[in-house]
Amino acid sequence: MKFDKPAGPNPIDQLKVIGKPTDRIDGRYKTTGRAPYAYERHDVVGNQAYGYVIGAAIAKGRIASMDLAKAKAAPGVLAIVTAENAGKLGKGNFNTAKLLGGPQIDHYHQAVALVVAETFEQARAAAQLVRIDYAEGKGAFDLAAARDGATKPEPKFGGPADTAVGDFTGAFAAAPVKLEETYTTPDQSHAMMEPHASIAAWKGDQLSLWTSNQMIAWSAGDVAKTLGIPKEKVVLTSPFIGGGFGGKLFVRADAVLAALGARAARRPVKVTLTRPLMMNNTTHRPATIQRVRIGSGVDGKITAIAHESWSGDLPGGGPETAVGQTRLLYAGANRMTAMRLAVLDLPEGNAMRAPGEAPGLMALEIAIDEMAEKLNLDPVEFRIRNDTQVDPEDPKRPFSQRQLVQCLQQGAERFGWSKRNATPGQAREGQWLIGMGVAAAFRNNLLTKSAARVRLDRKGFVTVETDMTDIGTGTYTIIAQTAAEMMGVPLEQVKVKLGDSRFPVSCGSGGQWGANNATSGVYAACVKLRESVAQKLGFNTENLQFADGQVTAGNRSVPLAQAAVDGELTAEDAIEFGDLDKKYQQSTFGGHFVEVGVDIATAEIRVRRMLAVCAAGRILNPKSARSQVIGAMTMGVGAALMEELAIDKKRGFFVNHDLAGYEVPVHADIPHQEVIFLPEADPISSPMKAKGVGELGICGVGAAVANAIYNATGIRVRDYPITLDKLIDKMPEVA
Amino acid sequence: MNGVQHALELDTRTSLLDALREHLQLTGTKKGCDHGQCGACTVIVDGRRINACLTLAVMHDGDSVTTVEGLGSPDDMHAMQAAFVKHDGYQCGYCTPGQICSAVAVLDEIKAGIPSHVTQDLTAPVQVSEIELRERMSGNICRCGAYSNIVEAITEIARRPA
Repeated sequence: MKFDKPAGPNPIDQLKVIGKPTDRIDGRYKTTGRAPYAYERHDVVGNQAYGYVIGAAIAKGRIASMDLAKAKAAPGVLAIVTAENAGKLGKGNFNTAKLLGGPQIDHYHQAVALVVAETFEQARAAAQLVRIDYAEGKGAFDLAAARDGATKPEPKFGGPADTAVGDFTGAFAAAPVKLEETYTTPDQSHAMMEPHASIAAWKGDQLSLWTSNQMIAWSAGDVAKTLGIPKEKVVLTSPFIGGGFGGKLFVRADAVLAALGARAARRPVKVTLTRPLMMNNTTHRPATIQRVRIGSGVDGKITAIAHESWSGDLPGGGPETAVGQTRLLYAGANRMTAMRLAVLDLPEGNAMRAPGEAPGLMALEIAIDEMAEKLNLDPVEFRIRNDTQVDPEDPKRPFSQRQLVQCLQQGAERFGWSKRNATPGQAREGQWLIGMGVAAAFRNNLLTKSAARVRLDRKGFVTVETDMTDIGTGTYTIIAQTAAEMMGVPLEQVKVKLGDSRFPVSCGSGGQWGANNATSGVYAACVKLRESVAQKLGFNTENLQFADGQVTAGNRSVPLAQAAVDGELTAEDAIEFGDLDKKYQQSTFGGHFVEVGVDIATAEIRVRRMLAVCAAGRILNPKSARSQVIGAMTMGVGAALMEELAIDKKRGFFVNHDLAGYEVPVHADIPHQEVIFLPEADPISSPMKAKGVGELGICGVGAAVANAIYNATGIRVRDYPITLDKLIDKMPEVA
Repeated sequence: MNGVQHALELDTRTSLLDALREHLQLTGTKKGCDHGQCGACTVIVDGRRINACLTLAVMHDGDSVTTVEGLGSPDDMHAMQAAFVKHDGYQCGYCTPGQICSAVAVLDEIKAGIPSHVTQDLTAPVQVSEIELRERMSGNICRCGAYSNIVEAITEIARRPA
């Protein structure tokens, strides 16, 4: 189905099933421990051996020698895979560094060997016996030091490296009120709860991989490319994924090494990355240095705005696209943005939840707060004054929907923003200085082809098959809701099968594009199935009602199941998008409001209240969508207050590479969270009239926390995370 | 194990967690870190919650272990499991069995009068409050960030008459 005109009325608008806060259909399996994750598939193949991954102990250089003799002789060892014996390997389209290193080493903890043994304990013990001597090379590990050598990157995701409109330099120089500040965000880790894991089994030249992956088709392709086998020979299955956040968009070493280990040991092999390997072996969100300049008239209207960002990656990698939102969020006739990329020999940088916007808004939305203060304007009002309903770099393009102002106004009202004292350091409750902060949330709505197959059986049950994944996002449920709405059956009569490379290729899970595109693909397949049903039942009108298990036209009504009485009906289709995303800018918006308390003596920071008001198209399931937003808000609190991969700048690795050293929010860090979705349906986006929402919640929230800390203490911290050591010697004198 | 006796011959290095997951194929208990940092492997041993990754299986000869599978099944969920579904107290589901085992044990700890770091009065009965629950649940990390919903699920069960 081609989607090239705004959607008119369609069966989804009935909202009998869609739009309801339905419990997740997979919930009873997840809460009882019966949902099978990758490493747990005892059911799929017998005789599984265990692989244990060894990571490189240097960041850059070469393996001088490897002594496997002792490990090979250890009890239970079946095989040891290294680059030397693995045969010729390619590199996946989505990988920057090779997944099996040697003799050249590209980053710390790059996999260099897999020890396969009968048991996990044997494989682990034998891995300790592998002796590797390295010739360590010199590398670059410090972004600030490499910044001056950074170059203009090739455009990839996130548009061109540079944009410019009007005369920024002139307008900024002439502006009566201006701000120029630099902000930094650190390297961050996805730290999803389920480590990367795979089970591999060969049947002749056919490879089966049970793995944990967000993008089935990309990854089946990259497994094939890496191993040098045809894509058709790879079956990749990933029905349950214990969190991804971008860290499982791509094939990683567990999958490739499981396949190589199984080939070497001639039996199925299961491999998981150990937790301490994950942060350096896999991808992370790259650190940024961001310079923001804003000029405004005394009327509080922005006349000049510039945002530049520097980040680093391995050779061949890409930038953290931290300036993207600044191209679209606020009005201003004179503007420029630029991204520069330095070569660093740290582990591979790549997408983590809201790549670009998450760190970008952490900088921009502090700058906006600072600017509002300079103008003596309320920061909510300053944002409203600089709203734009068109793409400010290309004013011919309107936004398809843009309710940023409404998000901010409703949020302010609901949060009690009027009680905020604009002068910092004035509100106090006992030992706590209290502050409130606000920030805008912004994330684009991305459109991409997505296919699905639907089946109708003689009992009137509908089965949906697509290679789409559910990474905790609620995909199973919203796909079932879509099919139930379209086919007029109760939710219990829909079965959803996901995450299998034998199913039609979907958009996959990433970039908050999953919900809108994948359900639109199911919509397209259901439209086709409805046509087959109509034909089969002898209706010659397009004006059919599918409801309550019946198909009705005028006063003729036939049970839906009747259409499959001679055998199952199957339909397959994809949603394919025209140029509506070129003609219109499609984005999602929100307002974050945060209240913090800062201890007067210790500078300990506690988040006391959080509210997000979101405008993100039709909300397909308010319960699971709300969970996406509160989860992203939680990750945003982590980014604001604690998350930082600490770099050993001499040896070139992330030191705090486990969950004790890399701190993420826990229960005690997070208060009750409020989310409001503004009523919205965006017919320009898709037939579902939905947009993405899974990443909107992390966008801006870190700055809202930072602004609240400023309001509480009068201390402006521009280097994330805002830990108490950055406050303690500047805390105000209090009685 | 969940009321059934098992005789196992195990490597002395096998953790209780790997005994469950790899030998008994009870994979409901999750391995998130294998270092006692995340809580995904929380099980209840003789009434107390522990991290199954931090203890060797041979240390539990004769102990009574309850895992998430022992609490309930998809067709007969434990009240806490049903409350997690109702309040959407999970997303990816990987920390969920540990959260649920912890939550069940936390309510028993509060009932038994065991104080926590945030308990104000050590002589009065411990109250079920959000701050008590957040403190006691902080050994169970949820990277999807379902904390607000998890506390609501536990609160509902805590307030329900026994």
